[in-house]
Amino acid sequence: MPDRPAIWNFLLGRLSLSSLPLDNMIVIWTFVGVALGGAVVLGAITYYRQWGYLWNEWFTSVDHKKLGVMYMVLGTVMLLRGFADALLMRSQQAVAFGSNMGYLPPHHYDQIFSAHGAIMIFFVAMPYIAGFMNFVMPLQIGARDVAFPFLNNFSFWLTVSGVVLFMTSLFVGDFSHAGWLGMPPVSELRQSPGPGVDYYIWGLQLSGLGTLLTGINFVVTVLKMRAPGMTLMKMPMFTWTTLCTSGLIVVTFPILTATLFLLSLDRYIGTHFFTTGFGGNVMMYVNLIWVWGHPEVYILILPMFGLYSEIVPTFSGKRLFGYSSMVYATASIMLLSYLVWLHHFFTMGSGADVNSFFALTTMMISIPTGVKIFNWLFTMYRGRVHFTVPMLWTMGFLITFPIGGMTGVMLAVAPADFLLHNSLFLVAHFHNVIIGGVVFGVFAGINYWFPKAFGFKLDEFWGKLSFWFWQIGFWVAFSPLYVLGLMGVTRRLSHFTDPSLQIWFIIAAFGAFLILLGILSFVMQIYVSIRRRDELAVGNDPWGARTLEWSTSSPPPPYNFAFIPRVHDRDAWTDMKKHGYQRPLEGFNDIHMPKNSGAGVLLAALGTIFGFAMVWYIWWLAAVSFVALIACAIAHTFNYDRDTHISAQEVARFEQHTGNWEPKAQGATA
Amino acid sequence: MSHPSQSALEHGAAHHGGHDGEHADHGSLRSYLTGFVLAAILTIIPFWLVMGHVIHDTQVTVLVVLGLAAVQIVVHMIYFLHLDTRSENGWNMLAFIFTIVLVVIVLGASVWVMYNENANMMPMSPQYQNHQQGS
Amino acid sequence: MNTIAVNTAHSEPRDFLCLEETHPHNGTLLGFWLYLMSDCFIFAALFACNAVLGTSYAGGPSAHDLFDLPGLALNTALLLVSSVTFGFAMLEMARQRKRAMLGWLAVSGLLAACFVGLEIHEFMTMIAAGAGPGRSAFLSSFFTLVGTHGLHVTVGVIWLVVLMVQLGKHGFTEANRRRLMCLSMFWHFLDLVWVGVFSYVYLVGVLR
Repeated sequence: MPDRPAIWNFLLGRLSLSSLPLDNMIVIWTFVGVALGGAVVLGAITYYRQWGYLWNEWFTSVDHKKLGVMYMVLGTVMLLRGFADALLMRSQQAVAFGSNMGYLPPHHYDQIFSAHGAIMIFFVAMPYIAGFMNFVMPLQIGARDVAFPFLNNFSFWLTVSGVVLFMTSLFVGDFSHAGWLGMPPVSELRQSPGPGVDYYIWGLQLSGLGTLLTGINFVVTVLKMRAPGMTLMKMPMFTWTTLCTSGLIVVTFPILTATLFLLSLDRYIGTHFFTTGFGGNVMMYVNLIWVWGHPEVYILILPMFGLYSEIVPTFSGKRLFGYSSMVYATASIMLLSYLVWLHHFFTMGSGADVNSFFALTTMMISIPTGVKIFNWLFTMYRGRVHFTVPMLWTMGFLITFPIGGMTGVMLAVAPADFLLHNSLFLVAHFHNVIIGGVVFGVFAGINYWFPKAFGFKLDEFWGKLSFWFWQIGFWVAFSPLYVLGLMGVTRRLSHFTDPSLQIWFIIAAFGAFLILLGILSFVMQIYVSIRRRDELAVGNDPWGARTLEWSTSSPPPPYNFAFIPRVHDRDAWTDMKKHGYQRPLEGFNDIHMPKNSGAGVLLAALGTIFGFAMVWYIWWLAAVSFVALIACAIAHTFNYDRDTHISAQEVARFEQHTGNWEPKAQGATA
Repeated sequence: MSHPSQSALEHGAAHHGGHDGEHADHGSLRSYLTGFVLAAILTIIPFWLVMGHVIHDTQVTVLVVLGLAAVQIVVHMIYFLHLDTRSENGWNMLAFIFTIVLVVIVLGASVWVMYNENANMMPMSPQYQNHQQGS
Repeated sequence: MNTIAVNTAHSEPRDFLCLEETHPHNGTLLGFWLYLMSDCFIFAALFACNAVLGTSYAGGPSAHDLFDLPGLALNTALLLVSSVTFGFAMLEMARQRKRAMLGWLAVSGLLAACFVGLEIHEFMTMIAAGAGPGRSAFLSSFFTLVGTHGLHVTVGVIWLVVLMVQLGKHGFTEANRRRLMCLSMFWHFLDLVWVGVFSYVYLVGVLR
């Protein structure tokens, strides 16, 4: 506790002026930038009187499409943050050789790589996949919303809570130095007495709860709310992968919650789960966190597999090749992903028999993945392939991802792993699969579904530029890391002594610069497309696609479908088009919809305050916010009036004018 | 309905306007009392075994206690939670089986892995000393 | 059945829309079941810790020294009986008898509250004897696993009280019936987890 009157320690816990990183110029300038940028954005919203609109139409919305869009915005903002960390690391490593210590002290560098990893997984990749699942899945199954619309809103705001805590750590106190998984003993209180690990723990606990609720919500949605006639084997592939990913979330995220809970008990009340004394066992943390951690990477990649399975048939003008094998491959990946976690710590010493078992299961999981790759290739084979932007990203994936997969099989060989463990080879491998698989998929998906969400296509020129910068930049940035890893260079180093290595790091930094151009091109693509939205405006089905989301308007009305579709075939929309389906213009019914609610924002805000108070040991605030959280949650259950109606006249008004849906209260739409 | 011959899976997605959750099985007085008697017996036996030191071999006692616990969990599932293959079109059952398989994997493999880690990497542990003597 | 029949040259007519408003099945019970399944994994992680750390006494007291088996038997009986009385409440709900149902719910809640009270007493006794959660990894895992279960029971009791108020106020509405079915699942689920706790943590604990 700081040295000051006791009342201040009571009121502020361990928070004091010295918690602000005023000695670190990089952080100060970042803060100035963020503060100015934030002031401009908030000022503009106030000046244009958009707070009411944002609150009524977006923040409190339980509409899965709007939540999907908000998740995508959140993911993009955090991508910029996570990528800024990456640029800092690449430039540090390119210069910090010999007597030059670079510009980042080790203390700061360690926070940067921890934040980069945690943010990229939890607050970039996870919001992106949640965004796609939210926006697309209910439309694909012909539903009006998800099973639990309010929970969906609450999940989003819990994710935002985690983001707020992570971003606060940048300017108030510091962040964890313990890597993206917070491994003890480094993350224990003795080795990390500061607030960094606590920010990490509470940020992940809040957002992890949100993810779990999303998982439950989507499993129930897929199982209960499919349109009549859509049997399991008629579901679109993306819906299948959403189901499997959500199922995996339900069975893995509790383990992350439990493990971080045990770590926080060690830090807050002095238990000995993962300490180095009193019988604690550090290896148990490593074991448990990877029980969650390995399925997590499949949680990230499965929806992307589904997304590619929608894009490839659309732009090849053919049915997906080997649909059932795709389904079985997805399901077996779901089960197998739970049997491979030990390959993350072959070197911890579990012995030859244990290592062999997990090496074999790891190699086995590449088989269903290989099946999928061949299915996509055979779908394209003899198809009429349109080289649109989504298809370019998909083809970039088809080349990049299998190479990352193959280096993964190399790492699965336990004896080889003893040489490659914790090296830059590993870093190159997982960036190869996560960028090549997930990030490329995100951009493919954004380009593919953007016209559905907003009614106009994204600009092709900037899209292609973004793709080529990313694709080339990726290989320039990460090939050198494979080389360095094979030479034995370990990860997470802020300084090197051997000058012969420097050229590789300079090449890698140049690659990161190319990726920066790719990201800027993407931002430019969005900007240019919004400016040219009238030229780029398209109809409801701009790609000639095959699934139900393309049968409704672009953007879809709040109720998605004026009449719930009836499904006869796997590619339901193709089937409808083939039979000359025409959209009815009359005979509408009143539609039952869930009401918006501000409770999710309120509960998540209280959760954020609770997390912040726990980080800084402000016990009174923690107690107050916790009690308020419980009280508000209970009060919320007393609200039985959660539904509303959209009258048949309103539906008719929308359906007869194919223009945008205009909410009554506000004139504007996004 | 124009397609009366829907399969069981299709049935799960069909919108009949019904609320199948409302027809969930609440059990009967008989089922709760049967469950109670069985659970009580399955609780008393392990307590008796452990408190009365009935079996001399500890390993056997442990196995019997765990076996009875497994049986009692099944009893609770059937008589208290009314789990059967019909509720929610079998999805409850499928989710339960999936969970049990994965929980067994998590528990079994964690114990297996950690036993080996301890044996190999904790030089002060008794297992390590046994290992040294054995080799 | 209303249909939109569209006949084109190459195919039979098909109806692609449900022209009458439909109501999807309510998913709350399935969703709550999935939540319970996810809770199994929280307990799985805690049981795994107990299995791995259960003999790491660090020179402190062992399970054999600490556990009071007669007290445990009483606690187990309380929870089991409250499971059955909750079942009786559900039967009364099926018969639409509100007062009887509220009575059985109150009995279940009291039994569970006694369970929590006894558990707190057990914890306080152990802590007073110098066997708190910080004494050894074994005790850390014991307090956390049993405490997490106790916390669930506490949440269950709070939920029960809230629901009794709501049932008293609004009666057997569809939403209330659904909520009570969820709480019933939660209640029985916690009894089920307790079977694992008393068998493995306590009974097997004193044997190893």
